[in-house]
Amino acid sequence: MSSHSKGAEKFLADKERTKWHDQALFFVREKRDRMAHGVPEWEALRQLASDTKLHTMTHLADYLEEFERNATANGLHVHWAKDADEMNSLVLSLLQERGAKTLVKSKSMLAEECGMNPYLMERGIDVIETDLGERIMQFLQKPPSHIVLPAIHVKREEVGKVFEEKLGSEHGNSDPTYLTHEARKALRQNFLHADASMTGVNFAVAKSGAFVVCTNEGNADMGTSFAPLHIAIMGLEKVIPDYEALAIYLRLLARSATGQPSTTYTSHYRRPINGQEIHVIIVDNGRSEILRNEAHRNMLKCLRCGACINTCPVYRRTGGYSYSYFIPGPIGVNLGMLRDVKRYSGNVSACSLCYSCQNVCPAKIDLADQIYDWRQRLDEHQVADRKKKVMVKAMKLAMKSPWIFRRALSAAQLIRVMPRWMIYNRLNAWGIDRELPTFAPKSFEQMWRSGEVK
Amino acid sequence: MSSKDTILTALRASGVKPEPRPEMTFTPMMTDGDKTEAMKKAIEGAGGHWVELKEGESVDDVIARLFPDAKRIASNLKQVGCATYNPDTVDDPRTLNETDVAVVDGRFGVIENGSIWLPRATRHKALYFISEALVVILPKDRMVDTMHEAYKQPELADDFDFGCFIAGPSKTADIEQALVIGAHGARELTVLLV
Repeated sequence: MSSHSKGAEKFLADKERTKWHDQALFFVREKRDRMAHGVPEWEALRQLASDTKLHTMTHLADYLEEFERNATANGLHVHWAKDADEMNSLVLSLLQERGAKTLVKSKSMLAEECGMNPYLMERGIDVIETDLGERIMQFLQKPPSHIVLPAIHVKREEVGKVFEEKLGSEHGNSDPTYLTHEARKALRQNFLHADASMTGVNFAVAKSGAFVVCTNEGNADMGTSFAPLHIAIMGLEKVIPDYEALAIYLRLLARSATGQPSTTYTSHYRRPINGQEIHVIIVDNGRSEILRNEAHRNMLKCLRCGACINTCPVYRRTGGYSYSYFIPGPIGVNLGMLRDVKRYSGNVSACSLCYSCQNVCPAKIDLADQIYDWRQRLDEHQVADRKKKVMVKAMKLAMKSPWIFRRALSAAQLIRVMPRWMIYNRLNAWGIDRELPTFAPKSFEQMWRSGEVK
Repeated sequence: MSSKDTILTALRASGVKPEPRPEMTFTPMMTDGDKTEAMKKAIEGAGGHWVELKEGESVDDVIARLFPDAKRIASNLKQVGCATYNPDTVDDPRTLNETDVAVVDGRFGVIENGSIWLPRATRHKALYFISEALVVILPKDRMVDTMHEAYKQPELADDFDFGCFIAGPSKTADIEQALVIGAHGARELTVLLV
């Protein structure tokens, strides 16, 4: 059984929650559809987004240099990090050099990728997540289960319980409005008094030397409004040429992510204000490797909107923790494989090849084609399932020989007369949680030969 | 070799064929009919409110009507006589906390998403986020259809340090997908169309 199937078993044990999860995400997907249909040029916009990313990807070094040059001229400090270790230690030294002990942080998948929070916390930095979903997950000491909706799998009662414990909210009150406002009250104090702030980067605009951060909550904006130090971390694929390109991506991002025409706040950081320092760290951590990988370099077009996750029928019914990589769904299956084939190959079976992901991706990434490609090469990477290999070999043999094929077919007829316990048991994975199709009494060939079909 | 050089060298050695910048081959959506009316709908869609300044009515009249209980009103705009303090005279942005209403100038509105461009025009950028209610004064003749048009506006070529498109009040749906207004920024956003 794949690592994903094993993980999914746990999630599926709570049938009610599984159903809620499935419906909640499909609701987001439907909102996305309504938004897409409201823009007549949607498909042309996706194509333009994809092609502009391709252009950018094939000129990455130039655009990164242009960004650095212009950002530096604007008074931002630009740093480069080869990998997670270098990024983490850069962040730590920026904080330590200024005696900063508390860091208010808005959502960043890069921080998650680099294991930054545990690294900093082990070294005495109090990292405070400020996105509500991320804060809930931090209190629960669990990772996010979705890149845009971190706590989508958590029930309001669980939030109420952990807020009571951590924030002193009313016992038994699990009203989302009440709880959100309790978090607002508590985090307001953190924003006002933190030593430093951190944001991710949705887009780094080469020509203007600015970077853009999108949120609905305003947590990134509140975070960066008081502390004297703002650190922004970005994967190097976040660079785009100019505002003209930015317009394309901003039109697609929120519509694809949450089904809104725009996030509430789209903030442009161009120059530091009132003596504040802004440091941008450009991180590679395997991305230049992906660029070299012809079959999979399209992954660098990803905007991290999560549309492919919301639409994925496997994700919706199995939840984020069923995947062994920290990013779930089609995007996570692919990014996991690019990170470490051996470690994350258990996720490639979490796909029915329905291609829905590929059809909603705002950057038109061939997500499903890539998953298919990884599956074809599992054996090459020595991570193919042995049972499946044996079965495929047997199938190949049968398919190549009409004689064996016919014998196998008539043997299969036995299933019709076998007692139920012989078919539905642990040895037959296909009989768990589903009914097998009924075999027709005669094969098509038999019917054809006896003139029953014409 | 520095990390920068290592990264740039690796990117340049990737062997990817340089692809040209694509052209925009479509005409972006356009508003049929009145742009102000379209913007009003978009503001509502983003969870905001709008008020049109009536003849003979001042900004102060509207604010007094909308926020009768407001005790702290912050603004550095001349036409806001009802401001109880000028946020630019405050040294520490933390003292802006517990402001009931902040009144600021919006430059232009974007019809496709109800957002308004707000380059920093107060001493502390915190003002745009910290007050309980944010009132944005927006000229009716400054509406653009899409983000493509928005980025061509002269304000974007200005030498601003911080600027933000704001669409409606702060919001979240992180608890069971239930929409809650008032996460960390303003709980209320009112656009005053002038």
